[in-house]
Amino acid sequence: MLADFWGAEFVPLTLPPLVIATLAALTCALPGNFLILRRQAMLGDAMSHVVLPGIVAAYLLTGSAATPVMLASAMAAAALSALMIEGIRRLAGTDAGVAMGITFTTLFAAGVLLLEQSGASSVHLDVEHALYGNLEGLIWFDATGWASLLDPIALTGLPPEVAGLALVLSIVAGAMWLVWRPLVIATFDEGFARTAGIPVTLLSAGLVAVTALAAVAAFSAVGSILTIAMLICPPATARLMTDSLPAQVRLSLVFAAASAILGTLIAGYLPPLIGLPGTVSASGMIAVVSGGFLALAAVLGPHRRPRSA
Amino acid sequence: MVDPIPLTTEPALAIRDLRVSYGANPVLDGVTASLARGAMTAIIGPNGAGKSTLLKAALGLIPATGGTALAFGKPVVQALPRIAYVPQRAAVDWDFPARALDVVLMGMYRRTGLLGRIGKAETAAAMDCLSRLGMADFATRQIGALSGGQQQRVFLARALAQGAEVYLLDEPFAGVDAATEAAIVTLLKSLRDEGRSIIAVHHDLSTVSAYFDRVLLLNRRTIAEGPVASTFRQEAVARTYGNQIATAIPA
Repeated sequence: MLADFWGAEFVPLTLPPLVIATLAALTCALPGNFLILRRQAMLGDAMSHVVLPGIVAAYLLTGSAATPVMLASAMAAAALSALMIEGIRRLAGTDAGVAMGITFTTLFAAGVLLLEQSGASSVHLDVEHALYGNLEGLIWFDATGWASLLDPIALTGLPPEVAGLALVLSIVAGAMWLVWRPLVIATFDEGFARTAGIPVTLLSAGLVAVTALAAVAAFSAVGSILTIAMLICPPATARLMTDSLPAQVRLSLVFAAASAILGTLIAGYLPPLIGLPGTVSASGMIAVVSGGFLALAAVLGPHRRPRSA
Repeated sequence: MVDPIPLTTEPALAIRDLRVSYGANPVLDGVTASLARGAMTAIIGPNGAGKSTLLKAALGLIPATGGTALAFGKPVVQALPRIAYVPQRAAVDWDFPARALDVVLMGMYRRTGLLGRIGKAETAAAMDCLSRLGMADFATRQIGALSGGQQQRVFLARALAQGAEVYLLDEPFAGVDAATEAAIVTLLKSLRDEGRSIIAVHHDLSTVSAYFDRVLLLNRRTIAEGPVASTFRQEAVARTYGNQIATAIPA
């Protein structure tokens, strides 16, 4: 067992999913911090669900499953869903939660129908993939061991998700660093922020766009369940541990990475270790681990606030 | 009490025929008022009279369906750097992960700008503002752990940090303790004595004469506006509040 762990199998088979899951978790946890403070946690849920109809529609229209096409169509679907949510809210006079619930379930279901009726499912799109992603399938064929990390030729064979998610993570982190102060002020007190000259509407739209970008980038690698979990669980856990926003953001990144690493390792190595056949879904296990962290923080966290009646 | 500082050139806030509707219901039905510079003005009226709405619409926080609001003779949007707005305390989530000092530092956003980071000078200035409200000892306290009165003082300290010429306050005395009320009144009067203008939505009719120089009686429209001594009279207040006669008011 230990020989397997450190041997030649770890680097090509386990390391890529581990790194990709960690990058996806970090990318989602960053904007998630502001979603929970703005009581918009459902937004990430909505975003990651509408990605499916977006990429199915794009596949049917263009016949291509290339990454840029998928990303662009998923962003378009995310933008469409944001418009739908706002439209339902205004026209039907429902609250935002209801509008989001209607939008993402309807669009996701429409995506499933599209998928069934079209030939898209025969390629690499299917519902299971949409939910759980394809972490275990992201293998680094060119790796022979740890030495491959220093081999430029082998490195070109890394799954493209590694570079893609690293790029998106740096965009998301850079955007958040740039607008940190106005975003914090607008999140705390929108009316005051407007009078202080902060473009509140633009910032809100930007947060939605960054969330959509993070959700779309994470979706194809880790699926919608893990995307939603990483948007919400690490920031929510971190909130229970501290009363300082910068500390909350830092802790959310720690919880996100810890969930991704522990979850991947448990999913791959625990079942054989305790004598069960095969492995379990890494995405599913990561989400469960992040939920476990939240449960622990809810019981033990120093900054729990019991809701007074 | 000091006599109101006489009107200089432009009023602090000149509102002309301001109209706001929520759906089909008009909340402000053509409000016109000229709020004097260097004075403390109370906006008085019953629930639903549109007092908070008047402040928000004048600041452009909610869309007006008609009318204009000028500050120092310019559209309010252009004059915002000279204005400090203190929303109702209930307008924000006090569970937000921030310390009292962090909230006061928000008042310096215009000075530091997007990329400016908080330095020693800003922190010292923010501490000064907290001290003026007797809140220096609570600077590092999480805002959710403060009492309602202390939270209101933090809001006032943030407005102070803005260094504005006009202060628009939405119910600054709502749900605060007597010590806080006294601290806030003292601060507002000292700002007024420096020539700054205070405009506050106010609920307690019994303190209007003690705290304010001028009064705007509002009930969807302007009922009356002027110095407290001549305007805050039983007849006008009764008209503002419908038939609920306020017996505490001089006839």
